[in-house]
Amino acid sequence: MIFTEECKDAILRGNIDQARDLAHKVLDEKLDVNNAIDGFSLAIREAGDLFEEGEFFLPELMRSAEAMKAAMTIFEPVLKERKEDRSLGKIVIGTIEGDIHDIGKTLVAAMLSAEGFEVHDLGADVPISTFIDKALEVDANLICISALLTTTMVGQKKLIDSLKEKNLRDRFKVLIGGAPVSKQWVKEIGADGSAENAVSAVKLAKKLIES
Amino acid sequence: MRPNIKILEDEIKEKVFVEAMEILEEIGFFVENQEAIEILQEAGLNVDVENRRVKLPPDLVKKSLQSAPSSITLFDREGKEVTKLEGDNICFDPGSAALNVLDPETNKIRTAVTKDFIDFTKVVEQLEHIHAQSTAIICSDVPEVVGDRYRLYLALIYSKKPIVTGTFAKESFEVMKDMLIAVRGDEKELKNKPLAIFDACPSPPLKWSNLTCQSIIDCAKYGIPSEFVSMPMTGANAPVTLLGAIVQHAAETLAGLVITQLVSPGAPVIWGGSPAAFDMRKGTMYLASVDTILIDLGYTEIGKYLNLPTHAYLGMSDAKILDMQAGFETGMGTLLAGIKGVNMISGAGMMNFESTQSIQKVVIDNEIAGMTFKFINGIIQRDEPIAKNLLKVFQEKTHLLAHDHTLKWFREELYLPSEVVDRSTKEEWISKGRKSIGDRANEQVKKLLKKYPGVTLDRDILSDISEIIKYKDNDFRSKLDI
Ligand code: B12
Repeated sequence: MIFTEECKDAILRGNIDQARDLAHKVLDEKLDVNNAIDGFSLAIREAGDLFEEGEFFLPELMRSAEAMKAAMTIFEPVLKERKEDRSLGKIVIGTIEGDIHDIGKTLVAAMLSAEGFEVHDLGADVPISTFIDKALEVDANLICISALLTTTMVGQKKLIDSLKEKNLRDRFKVLIGGAPVSKQWVKEIGADGSAENAVSAVKLAKKLIES
Repeated sequence: MRPNIKILEDEIKEKVFVEAMEILEEIGFFVENQEAIEILQEAGLNVDVENRRVKLPPDLVKKSLQSAPSSITLFDREGKEVTKLEGDNICFDPGSAALNVLDPETNKIRTAVTKDFIDFTKVVEQLEHIHAQSTAIICSDVPEVVGDRYRLYLALIYSKKPIVTGTFAKESFEVMKDMLIAVRGDEKELKNKPLAIFDACPSPPLKWSNLTCQSIIDCAKYGIPSEFVSMPMTGANAPVTLLGAIVQHAAETLAGLVITQLVSPGAPVIWGGSPAAFDMRKGTMYLASVDTILIDLGYTEIGKYLNLPTHAYLGMSDAKILDMQAGFETGMGTLLAGIKGVNMISGAGMMNFESTQSIQKVVIDNEIAGMTFKFINGIIQRDEPIAKNLLKVFQEKTHLLAHDHTLKWFREELYLPSEVVDRSTKEEWISKGRKSIGDRANEQVKKLLKKYPGVTLDRDILSDISEIIKYKDNDFRSKLDI
């Protein structure tokens, strides 16, 4: 099997050990790291496509994402040393304060990370200030806020208001999501968009960061 | 004989119970709430304060089970008994806290406003087989922070039936409890005659969040029944095996039960839930799937095994329109829950993953509930001999339509649904405009809204609760249509 085929195989099968071994092999044999990452990325994109087509199930997709992450973790120090930034952008994500619904947020985070974003997942029940502090600390491009309750959804607005107050609104794009979030709410609070599921969240994030 | 259904072998039930206790003893559970931590410490438990983890000895679990009552009687606003949640009794209430409604005129899902919930409550008030209300719809036209209490405010005004409700914020309990006390007269009466049940969800896996833990503690203090709504999601935050989800459900629910019994031994609690088969293709929480039904009935058997009142979110659909999927999912869940004898069956009207209420569907679901009541009455022997004497009649007559025996029994023996269910001939159906069940339900809705007898809540009490719910000088009275 040629190397990129092997990468694809490891990711699509969700074989974490194999993905790790391949990554080590790249480093040990001094192969081209960028080429290898391209190979892995192609595979994870295919996993996403397969999921959208209904060929792949969620556990398979999540496992592919984990295999991808395992390989990337091995490449990370090398990339850092070479001062190469392969990430599509930096994202801070979490479920807002008072709200512990985290499954949807975790799916979105996993897909963003698998797609090649650097994702800082703050978990659930996250205070507004923590979102902002973290975004400043890592110099994020995008803040993603999940809220599943109408009462906590207000936190999405507060976060954006707080960014405005601090004159930071232009520094970060803000995506929001969760069951109660409507197009109208996005407009009302001045967010940059929302998405109904993890796959469209990734597409939107890419579009926003490219623009 | 009452028809019944059995899901778990007796040995399995004991096994689930024992393993749930082992989980609580060995792994423990996560308590976010400070007051709960103090309560558990006072009971002599060793709480890992830093990680907020508590392990429960099986003896304490068993002791708590002994003090929890096996029956809860619900009373209406006027103090009349409505139902006893015990044994295999059943009672229906609409699915709770929908963010949206299915608009009966446009057939589109849209955000809900006050009028939607008022209309919904007025209709449910007149439905024969749905004996409890729920704070079913979130109104987007009031400030979000009062969303939870506002639903209860409206339900208390427009309805006499007992209400299934719940908090979305810790502060709300105080206001909601005060409104209930104002309606009931005093605190003691509210305790003696429960008017509302508070839903509270543990967070899978094995966690009681700050908010919902506070709700069960507060309810226990006031003798208000708490309905534990554990929601293991198969393969996501719970094992993918159905029995695994049932064990996790038991552990989470027992943890909540222990907290309530420590606050106040004898505090009324309900062994409820809304587990979900996680859809592995779409990543959605499938609440109406056959697997969800199996988990629901399975954990209900555990609740009955432990001698507690039971509840389940069953008899709803995840469809987005009133189509055949909406019908079969609701029909299957409702009938099976009825046969199992789930004491409180929540879900009527609900669609789209517990996010959309339909006023038409609740009218249709009332029919399914009626048929379920009929079904669980089973087949009764009315005569001795059973049929022989009647068959003799056929020697002189060709039919029994006008016979005394038929006249005596037909109303009881044969269930007659309302006009919502189409039983007409094809010709009649065509001549009446080829209406779908949605159309017929909508007609019924309009009739019921016209027939609604008007608000009967005492005006002084109305003033009191309007005062209690006041928020930023707004008492919301202008929102009422009275
Ligand atoms: C599962 C669930 C729970 C579980 C959560 C478990 C967990 N660890 O996450 C538990 C049992 C803990 C729970 C608790 C409660 N819940 Co709840 N819950 C749900 C339920 C049924 C499904 C949510 C879910 O996980 N869906 C599956 C995931 C995959 O979908 P998702 O979250 O929508 O995420 C997707 C998209 O929205 C999007 N997305 C999500 N986030 C983001 C962020 C960004 C930036 C983007 C772009 C996209 C995006 O992508 C995701 C992946 O596809 C919803 C109903 C519903 N339809 O949403 C009620 C629901 C949200 N809960 C509700 C309520 C009332 C509660 C409680 C208050 C009940 C109580 N009194 O105890 C508590 C609150 C606890 C708290 N402090 O937060 C109500 C809310 C009503 C309201 N007005 O706000 C709902 C609507 C149900 C209902 N009708 O009653 N709940």
